[in-house]
Amino acid sequence: MKSLVALSIEKVLSLKTLVLIVFLACANAVCLASSESTEHTDANNHATETSHDAAGHATEKFNPGKTIIDHVIDAHDWHIAGEGANSITIPLPIIIYSSQRGLDFFMSSHFHHGHQTYNGYMLQGHKVVAVNETESIDAHHATIDQVTTDALLDFSLTKNAFSIMLSCLIMFFLFLSVAKAYGKRTGQAPKGLQSLMEPLILFVRDDIAKTNIGEKHYKRFLPFLLSVFFFIWLNNLLGLVPVFPGGTNITGNISVTLTLAVLVFIITTLNGTKDYWMHVFAMPGVPKGVLLILTPIEILSIFLKPFVLMVRLFANITAGHIIALSFFSLIFIFGEMSAAGGYGVSVFTIAFTIFMGALELLVAFLQAYVFTLLTSLYFGAALESHDDHAHAHDAH
Amino acid sequence: MELLTPSYGLIFWMLVWFGIMFFLLKKFAWPVILNGLQERERSISDALDAAKNAKEEMVRLKSDNEKILAEARSQRDTLLKEARDTKEAIINEAKSKAQAETDRLLTQAREAIISEKNAAVTELKNQVSSLAIEIAEKVIQRELNSPEQHKALVNDMIKDLKFN
Repeated sequence: MKSLVALSIEKVLSLKTLVLIVFLACANAVCLASSESTEHTDANNHATETSHDAAGHATEKFNPGKTIIDHVIDAHDWHIAGEGANSITIPLPIIIYSSQRGLDFFMSSHFHHGHQTYNGYMLQGHKVVAVNETESIDAHHATIDQVTTDALLDFSLTKNAFSIMLSCLIMFFLFLSVAKAYGKRTGQAPKGLQSLMEPLILFVRDDIAKTNIGEKHYKRFLPFLLSVFFFIWLNNLLGLVPVFPGGTNITGNISVTLTLAVLVFIITTLNGTKDYWMHVFAMPGVPKGVLLILTPIEILSIFLKPFVLMVRLFANITAGHIIALSFFSLIFIFGEMSAAGGYGVSVFTIAFTIFMGALELLVAFLQAYVFTLLTSLYFGAALESHDDHAHAHDAH
Repeated sequence: MELLTPSYGLIFWMLVWFGIMFFLLKKFAWPVILNGLQERERSISDALDAAKNAKEEMVRLKSDNEKILAEARSQRDTLLKEARDTKEAIINEAKSKAQAETDRLLTQAREAIISEKNAAVTELKNQVSSLAIEIAEKVIQRELNSPEQHKALVNDMIKDLKFN
């Protein structure tokens, strides 16, 4: 019964994910097309103009696709406000290794937002590439060293990496203070931050871990489940905050969700009981002919489960960011036509964004819940022993 | 496609920061929080159990008290009844005793009166007879010489006499 419910949840969520993936793919296609066209125009500009001036930037047409994608993906510096040369950005360390040049460490501010090369590197879009010139020159005159670029290992503390660090710090101090409260007020009613977190901790413990993993094993997985739940939830919420410590799309970043999903996969696999593997490779009570079809599906599903976890979180959160950014882009699209149009549309945009923001608050919690719920379901499935099943077969 | 391509740099940092955060929380936060929760749940359930026990105890005590009270009440009633009975018995006894005494005294008095009366009558008879004899002696001194003849004559006369 339990697994049936979980299965139906899974189905509904998969459907939602599918819709989002389609939506995302469309958005992506639009963005790619627009960024390509930008590159073309850039190339044309370079061909005709030898110098890059601010006037050229000011008249540049607003490109919603590029803007949205720029805001959603990772970057080597943390853009806070402003445009072009006047923008306020936090420089972040670039840590790069190549077998030919060795380890390089410098701040991203040396690139001047991609306008200059530094130390033999420059920014191309959001990627660090190697150039032939070692002294700092205008990036538009640099020639790319393709061989070195292909072998480049980029371990830069990017915007997302930095943001993950910040949210991990927030989480650490948050729960350390909550833990302190528990240590100090043993057996007493919760207070302050502690009473804010307690229902959520109890929710994860009782409704997610205990019900899906079972009374016997759930305690072992609680630290991981709690960490994952609060990490996802906190970052989902931080992603909704438009100003500095927030605004980064961490849980909507495929690398982050991939890492979480791989961790889930590793833990599930390491904890798989004999029964679990039996059910994967040779489902008991199923005829051999059917096993030929069933076993490949079961093996595929081992990998598919964490894959779905990865895609669902990524797609949901990225979609939320894209929707909000799309609404804001509308202001500038109409603003380009006429100032009045921009102001007029902004009213609707703000109303819609508030509505979407409220929805995203729900989604932020829901996605953290769903990720943790499915994770504990997979753990539960890996740990389940089918004693009653075995007896049934013996009876046959 | 940059949106959909994982970058190993970020995976590396994610593993590093998440790993550090996870192990620190696993060591310093989660056990304290989870134990604290469990401890509180235990103490709450203990307190509830204690309250339940106390309530049961109270109910038991109350019923005991009521029993004792009822017993005391019935005892009081019997005592009162007994006292009433005793009182009545005493009164009755006293009454009958007094009656008997009265009767006895009355009988005695009556008997005494009768005997006194008889004595008085006899005395009176004797005195009257002697008086009469004296008178008669004085009157008929001469006629009757022997006193025996006189006495016989008076006695005959008294016998004929009737009081009342």
